Amino acid sequence: MFNLRSMARRPEFSALMGTIFVFLFFSWFGRPNFLGFAGTATWVNVAAELALISLPVALVMIAGHLDLSVGSVLAAGAMTFAILSGYYGLPSWIGVIAGLAVGALLGLVNGLLVTKVKLPSFIVTLATMFSIQGIVYGVTRLTTGTVLVSVQVDEGVKNIFGGLMFDQFETAVLFALAMVLVVSWIVYRTRFGNWVYAIGGDEVSARAAGVPVDRTTVMLYIGSGFGSALLGVIQVALYSSAQVSAGQSYVFNSIIAVVVGGVLLTGGFGSPIGVLFGTMTFAIVYQGIYYTGWDSDWSALILGMLLLIAVLSNNTFRKLAMSAAKPKDKKKPAPGGGGGHAATATATTTATEKKATNV
Amino acid sequence: MSESTPYMAIENVSKIFGSYEALSDVSLDIHAGQVLCLLGDNGAGKSTLIKVLSGFHEPTSGTVKINGKPVQFKSPRDATAAGISTVHQFGGTFPLMSLGRSFFTGVEPTKGWGPFKYFDKKFANKVVVEQMQEMGITRVTDGDRFVGSLSGGERQVSAIARAVYFGAKVLILDEPTAALGVKEAAHVLRIIMQAKHRGIAVVLVTHNVSHALTVGDHFAVLIRGEKADDFAKGQRTREEITDLMAGGEAMAELEAELASLTGSGDSIHD
Repeated sequence: MFNLRSMARRPEFSALMGTIFVFLFFSWFGRPNFLGFAGTATWVNVAAELALISLPVALVMIAGHLDLSVGSVLAAGAMTFAILSGYYGLPSWIGVIAGLAVGALLGLVNGLLVTKVKLPSFIVTLATMFSIQGIVYGVTRLTTGTVLVSVQVDEGVKNIFGGLMFDQFETAVLFALAMVLVVSWIVYRTRFGNWVYAIGGDEVSARAAGVPVDRTTVMLYIGSGFGSALLGVIQVALYSSAQVSAGQSYVFNSIIAVVVGGVLLTGGFGSPIGVLFGTMTFAIVYQGIYYTGWDSDWSALILGMLLLIAVLSNNTFRKLAMSAAKPKDKKKPAPGGGGGHAATATATTTATEKKATNV
Repeated sequence: MSESTPYMAIENVSKIFGSYEALSDVSLDIHAGQVLCLLGDNGAGKSTLIKVLSGFHEPTSGTVKINGKPVQFKSPRDATAAGISTVHQFGGTFPLMSLGRSFFTGVEPTKGWGPFKYFDKKFANKVVVEQMQEMGITRVTDGDRFVGSLSGGERQVSAIARAVYFGAKVLILDEPTAALGVKEAAHVLRIIMQAKHRGIAVVLVTHNVSHALTVGDHFAVLIRGEKADDFAKGQRTREEITDLMAGGEAMAELEAELASLTGSGDSIHD
């Protein structure tokens, strides 16, 4: 038998099961078009776009934090691009760079707030989510007088960020694949990656071990800000316009994809490949429903249930991974000089005050 | 007891939080190759003392010396640089990280150069398995296994192994046996002896007199922030120490009271 316990140690294992399940499910009920070229492209595109936000958000969540501001940052990045290149008519590449820079900058603000204010990131990013949204609405209306800004995106920029491959697949797919590679490298192969897990596992211990906790956390928020803005830029390149209200659906969708992808909600555990499976699962359910002939209203129900099942199965696998091999008795003599003493007194110490507070 | 300069010493250290004096005029010598047991009931100031030793708190007054020279620890990092390593009750480890990754957190070994530097997992896993084996945790043969799959005692031992591997000169152990069963506690005590024989100065914080007597060379008892007694191995009986820790008179009163209720108050000595 190949080792189930070492498989279970991999966070992507249960995520892969989920993806395979929904894929088979919709392949059957959505036959024959779901499996066709166009059918595949619809969910792959959705998965790729979601992955651009979910992968950096997954790192934030592995470190034990949340980022609820991704939707607002997406809108901010998109609107920066649209206002500069559409309303003011600057070259598209300037709009793209500015949009991405705004995303990274807002990520930096989030990161600094989370590390300096010492409030839960849930509250901090909930506050920035609203604040950024307010700024995007206000600035857009002040400068352009509308809430929808159109852009004539230059040919080259459009081909890179909003092009279609084989007439169906967005270039976002390539960006998503590149991001999987980069994030996987960071997570598995760099010291930084190790710090992310350590911070999510136990921030105090990580600090004591010499991990630059604050700097690492700020970097992670810059990453999620950048990823959100990148998707904003891609959407502007695709649809040649930006809307102030864009992106808010990604706040919860990214969390769903990340959790279904096997990341522990409290941090310390997860993998980029798992998150990729999570985004695929999400996209298959979200798009697959159209091929079944059922009312698309039901996809939300399926997603909700999937989320619950994912969390439960993740917990099961994690327990399996943590379970010690049968505790073998090490036959060793008691330490010299006082084995008997050691035996008599342990009972009283187990109930210390410290234990109760530390658990 | 020893004429040589202690590796670490604190002299007349007090620590005041607001109006509360957590430590009052405490002096201690910490010698290489010896186990110093810090005894005391909950709230006696043991934790504060450890935090002063490990650089989390600066003393309000008094001096900390390393090799006879006064030093000031501004942060735990300074203390770590002086070779002081603290292992907390639960080993301070990450349950969902692999042993190899957890062992090297903050000091990850890397291979390659520039932006292509990468975490040397093979080396990390090899070292952690070697160190665990050496510490008698023989069932650990795979560095990819999760820390969370170890028992409490094994986690404690792995944390000690980590400190020893990274060259700790002073090893501060905060209640290492408190949450452990008898067999595991014995194993941890054996590891403490091993560390001592390597020439490491061990500070063992405990309120378990038996464990202290088993491995201790020198003992200090704290009562309400003050050092109530300071003695070498063999200078006090077990009963004297227990009474001292419990506050002497208070304990005698309690015993009398219990004896009047049940007819026997002896059992509370353990």
